[in-house]
Parts: sequence; structure tokens; C-alpha cells
Amino acid sequence: MAAVRTSSEVAFNRAAIAAVLVATLIFLAPIYWIASTAFKPKELAVSVPPTVLFEPEVTPFVRLFTKRVQMQKPVDPQVYEAAPWWEKRIYDGGERVLKVGKDVQLSQYPDRFMNSLIVAVISTVLAVGMGTFTAYGFSRFKIAGEADLLFFILSTRMLPPVVVAIPMFLMYRMVGLNDSHIGLIILYVAFNLSFSVWLMKGFMDEIPKEYEEAALVDGYTRMQAFFKIVLPEAATGIAATAVFCFITAWNEYAFALIMTNRRAQTAPPFIPSQIGSGLPDWTTIAAGTFLFLLPVAIFTFLLRNHLLRGVTFGAIRK
Amino acid sequence: MTQIELRGIEKFFGAVQVIHNLNLAIADNEFIVLLGQSGCGKTTTLRAVAGLETIDKGDILIDGKPVQHLKAADRDIAMVFQSFSLYPHMTVFENVAFPLRATRMSSGEVDKSVREVARVLRITDLLDKRPSALSGGDMQRVAIGRALVRRPKAMLMDEPIGALDAKLREEMRAEIKRLHVKQGSTTIYVTHDQIEAMSLADRIVIMHEGFIQQVGTPDEVYSHPANLFVAQFVGSPVMNIAEARVANRPGAASVTVGDAPAGFEFPHRLLSKLNGHANGGLTLGIRPEGVLVRHDAAPGYMPVEASIIEPLGSFDIVDLKVGSSMLRARTKAGYVSGPGEKVHVRIDPEQAHFFDTASGKSLGVRL
Repeated sequence: MAAVRTSSEVAFNRAAIAAVLVATLIFLAPIYWIASTAFKPKELAVSVPPTVLFEPEVTPFVRLFTKRVQMQKPVDPQVYEAAPWWEKRIYDGGERVLKVGKDVQLSQYPDRFMNSLIVAVISTVLAVGMGTFTAYGFSRFKIAGEADLLFFILSTRMLPPVVVAIPMFLMYRMVGLNDSHIGLIILYVAFNLSFSVWLMKGFMDEIPKEYEEAALVDGYTRMQAFFKIVLPEAATGIAATAVFCFITAWNEYAFALIMTNRRAQTAPPFIPSQIGSGLPDWTTIAAGTFLFLLPVAIFTFLLRNHLLRGVTFGAIRK
Repeated sequence: MTQIELRGIEKFFGAVQVIHNLNLAIADNEFIVLLGQSGCGKTTTLRAVAGLETIDKGDILIDGKPVQHLKAADRDIAMVFQSFSLYPHMTVFENVAFPLRATRMSSGEVDKSVREVARVLRITDLLDKRPSALSGGDMQRVAIGRALVRRPKAMLMDEPIGALDAKLREEMRAEIKRLHVKQGSTTIYVTHDQIEAMSLADRIVIMHEGFIQQVGTPDEVYSHPANLFVAQFVGSPVMNIAEARVANRPGAASVTVGDAPAGFEFPHRLLSKLNGHANGGLTLGIRPEGVLVRHDAAPGYMPVEASIIEPLGSFDIVDLKVGSSMLRARTKAGYVSGPGEKVHVRIDPEQAHFFDTASGKSLGVRL
């Protein structure tokens, strides 16, 4: 449908589109910068003026995944010739890959990345699952002090979480939860749950209760009605909530930095720790960051249809 | 064979009593319509029978067994909702099959039952579609199919066609009637539409503010309304209601409506039936078709002036000035040519209803 518009409205519309384009470019610039740096030769990473056109290489990713040391003297040409292509790139940089026997020693990055995946996926599943049940309860049943309880749940988000980082750290150390996956998962679930409950309650309220009532009359228990009817109907909301919870858990930095240092350390605190002393290797850091961006991008992309419906859900009454 | 009996049902929402001592016995195969305005307690009553609402007092008996403590799932009753409540993520087939999936029925039997119901409801070619692809009428056919497929003890319908547009509503009304005649099942049907109630019901239960006002066949509630509420709620156009005084004339009774200068002539035996209401507290009710209009003067007819004419196609509704109030008459289309025309009017005594003004109750006067 095309409504009648005046010329000033058209002009305003064009200006708005231009503003959105500019904003989009500004927001995308850092992502472009990280992505391009991840494929740059080391010496171009900090060149002034910045290099825009260059021959991309994957050496930063090789450096990201391997343990290396500086070589004191040039590599033996025979060894160099026998090395696979990726090892040659390391020799080219005056370094050699550390090995135990014939096995290449991997850097800590895959472990840290895996930690991030474990913590983010499990905490998202728990937060969304618990949030869905809780929201259903709030949405469908008369609960004494419902408004107060919902406000209390929301109030857990009113302080920046970092405020409680130190006491949390002390408590965690006391019960032995620091530097553990479970510890981080509990923290992220607690953090995401309020968000999940509130978001899911909005979606639950939109599902007509006649759906379940029809199922109840048709011979199903409430639990069966919940799983057969409510959950499929809430899929959009669950997807939207899951994306938000996943992004929060995936990107979380402060708690991960304080609570973990080795075993359970996630990627966000790990990547900057690799800047180390001396001249930082920006291309390797960019490669790590670039890979770190991918899961969220893929997850969001897979759920994009649900997300689009999700954010407009409830905005329009049918 | 399913009889449903409601005994002394009371229901409160907080401090508000929404159902007052409701008693109703529904016979096997009977089509009962609960009729009333929104908030009269009809839907709450239906939901109580379904098991979706608890009751605070009384018994609900299905085939003589109290079921008020049973869960909805254990009452073997099917319900059709106004919103249809078809599950959007299932095909029409799966929607209809849904109640059967709760039983131990084999998938072959499920398939057979669904196709049988689909055939009866003429939705066979829709079975693979999603509800969102259906028209409103087809959605309701599917919803009815889902209710029928299990062969439940009773069918409950909550304004099943209220969400459809007028033409479709008429079609589906006929369809529901056809189904009931063909399949036969004890049915409780809730609506606020009196035409729906009249056309479908074996008996109509008219409710107002949580009380049953009258239970009767469509003819009974139309011809013998128990009180002013029923009189005005049933029938379209609405019945004329006016304060009336009755005077004794030689050989006749004269009924004066409102502040009219003269009275309408009624048979003399009316006087003996009014039980002291002749001089006060009497309300006359007359449907527009009981107001007889003619052009020329005749004995017993009163000269009046026409005010507003509403042409309704097959007939007109004419507002006639009687004193300071209006008497609505139903005439042949175009019988009264325009506002201001002088006509003569009489009230048909046989169609007149008399009510006690204070209580609103019918005096049961039949002439």
C-alpha cells in the first residue's frame, strides 16, 4: 500500500535513509577492520596510512592455532623444503612451530574457544528453558504477588553486574566454583534469566489460552498441552530469546576475566591476554577475534526468520 | 445417551457472584442454547461444564454422575471455541486427529475416523492445508470436526460462529443444524445472538446477571416471555414496552399507554385477569407485528401520526406517535408513505403481554 505523501515527507524519508546508511557504515567499520586485519601480512597491520588493498594470507590463523618460538638462526633449507605450506609461513616469519615428537603443539585458543561454546550454549539452554517455564506460569496462572515477583526478577538487572563481581569472586572461591565451567554457567543463567522470563512472558501472553483449553478438553494433561501446543507456538519467542541470551553469554567479559584464568577461561578474556608484552601481534589477535565473531553470526543467521517475527511479535494485534 | 444436569451451581470471581443457584436438566440429544448479553454468566456456565472453570457450589452431573471434581480431559466432552483455536503449526488433518492422539487409537483407525468426519463436514480436500490458509467458515468446520471426531458424550460450543461475517454466519448456522439433526448429540451452545438461538435450539436458556431468566422452546420464549428482560431480549425488532393503565368501559377494557390521550380497546375479560394491576404498576408489551396499522378509520382504531419509517426490505418498521412516546409497528413495505402521514392503529389483544412493572415478571395474561 502506498499512502499519499507530501514532498517534504519524501525529503525527510530520503534523509532518514541516508542517515541509516551512514550509521550502518559506522557500525560495520570495526568489523571490516578486524576481518581485514585477520588476513593481512604482519607488517601491514600497523602501517600508516592503513593498507586497504593487499594480498590476503591465512598465516595469522596458523599463528593463532600453534605454539611458536623465535628462531635464533635461519632454518635449515632441507627442513624448510620438507615442511608443509603452513609451517613454511611460520619459518618465513623467523619463528618455528613447537612440537612434541612429530605432533604440533596447539595454542590455548581452541580450548578457550571451546570453553566459550560450552558455557554459552549450556547457559543459554538453561536460561531459555527456565525462562519459558517461569513465563508460562506467570502468564497462565494467578500467582500471589505476581507483579511484585516480576518486578523483583527484573530488579536483578538494575545494577551493572560488575558491581557484585568482587563479592561473587570471594564467594565462588569459598565454594570452589572459581575457574569452573559450572560457575560461569550459573552466573550467566542468573544474569540472563530475568531477561528471558520477561521476554518469554510477552510471547506467552500472545498465545491464546484457548489453544491449551482446547487440548485440555480433548483429553490432554496441562503438561502435554504445554509441550504439544504451547512450545511449538512459542518457537519464535524462544528463538529470539535464545539469540539474545547467547550473545550476552558469548560476549561476557568482566566476570569471565575475574572468575576464570585457566581451565574454564573463555575466549573474551583470553584474546586480549595474548597481546602480551613487547610488540603485539595484531594480525593473530584479529584472527582470533574474527573466528570469535562467527558463532554468533551463524546462530543469528540461522534464526533470522524467527528473529524478524520475534521482534515485531505482539506489536500488531491481529 | 447423555444427559447433563446442573444442580444449584454458584460461581464467584473474587467477591462478584457470576452464577446464582443455576439449575438445568438437559436431555439426551437435546440442543440447548444459553442466550444472554456478554457478562451474563453463560460462557462461565459452559466452561464449568467443560471443566475449564471450577464451581464454588453445586453439582454437575453427566449421565447421573457428578463430574465437577473431574479434570476436563476426563469428562469426555468436546468444545468448540469462538476463536476456533486451531493449532497453526499443524495441518488440518493433524488438528482433527489431535484429540484421537491422546487415546491409544492406532494410526490406521485415526486416519479412518478423521476422513469420516472430514467427509461429513466436507473438508476432505483441506486436510493437507494449514489453518492459516483456510477461510473463516472452513476454520470453523475444522474446529467442529475436531470436536466431533472423538464421538464425545456432549458438544459444547462457545459462540462458534460469532467471529464470522453475517452471510457466513447464516451458512454455518444451517450447517450446525444439519449436523445436529444428522449426528445427534447433546449440545450446549452459547451465543448472544437471539436469531442464532431461535433457529438452532430445542430449548433456549436465557440468562441475565448470573440468573436464568427463562427456559423454554424458541416458541415459548418468543410467545410467552417470562419477564420484561426476556421480552425485550428475544425478538427483532424489539418489543414495544410502555407503562399502561386499564379502565373499565361498557363491554370493553380500555388500555391507555403512557400519556396517550385515548386508550386501546381490549376485551372486557382482561380486567378480571390483571389482579389489581389495572391502575398502577402495569407494563404493556407488544411486538411490532402486534401493532395493526390501516389507512382508513375503523372501530377500535386510534388515529395517530407516523414519525420515522425504517424500510427493511420485506417490511417496514414505522414509529407512530402515541402521546409523547413512540409505538413501533411492522407494516408491509411502503404501506406508510412517509413521515407525517396520518394512519389508524390498534393493538392486537392476542399478542399483548402484561408485566408487573416493579418485578418485571409476566402476569401470564393471555387473551
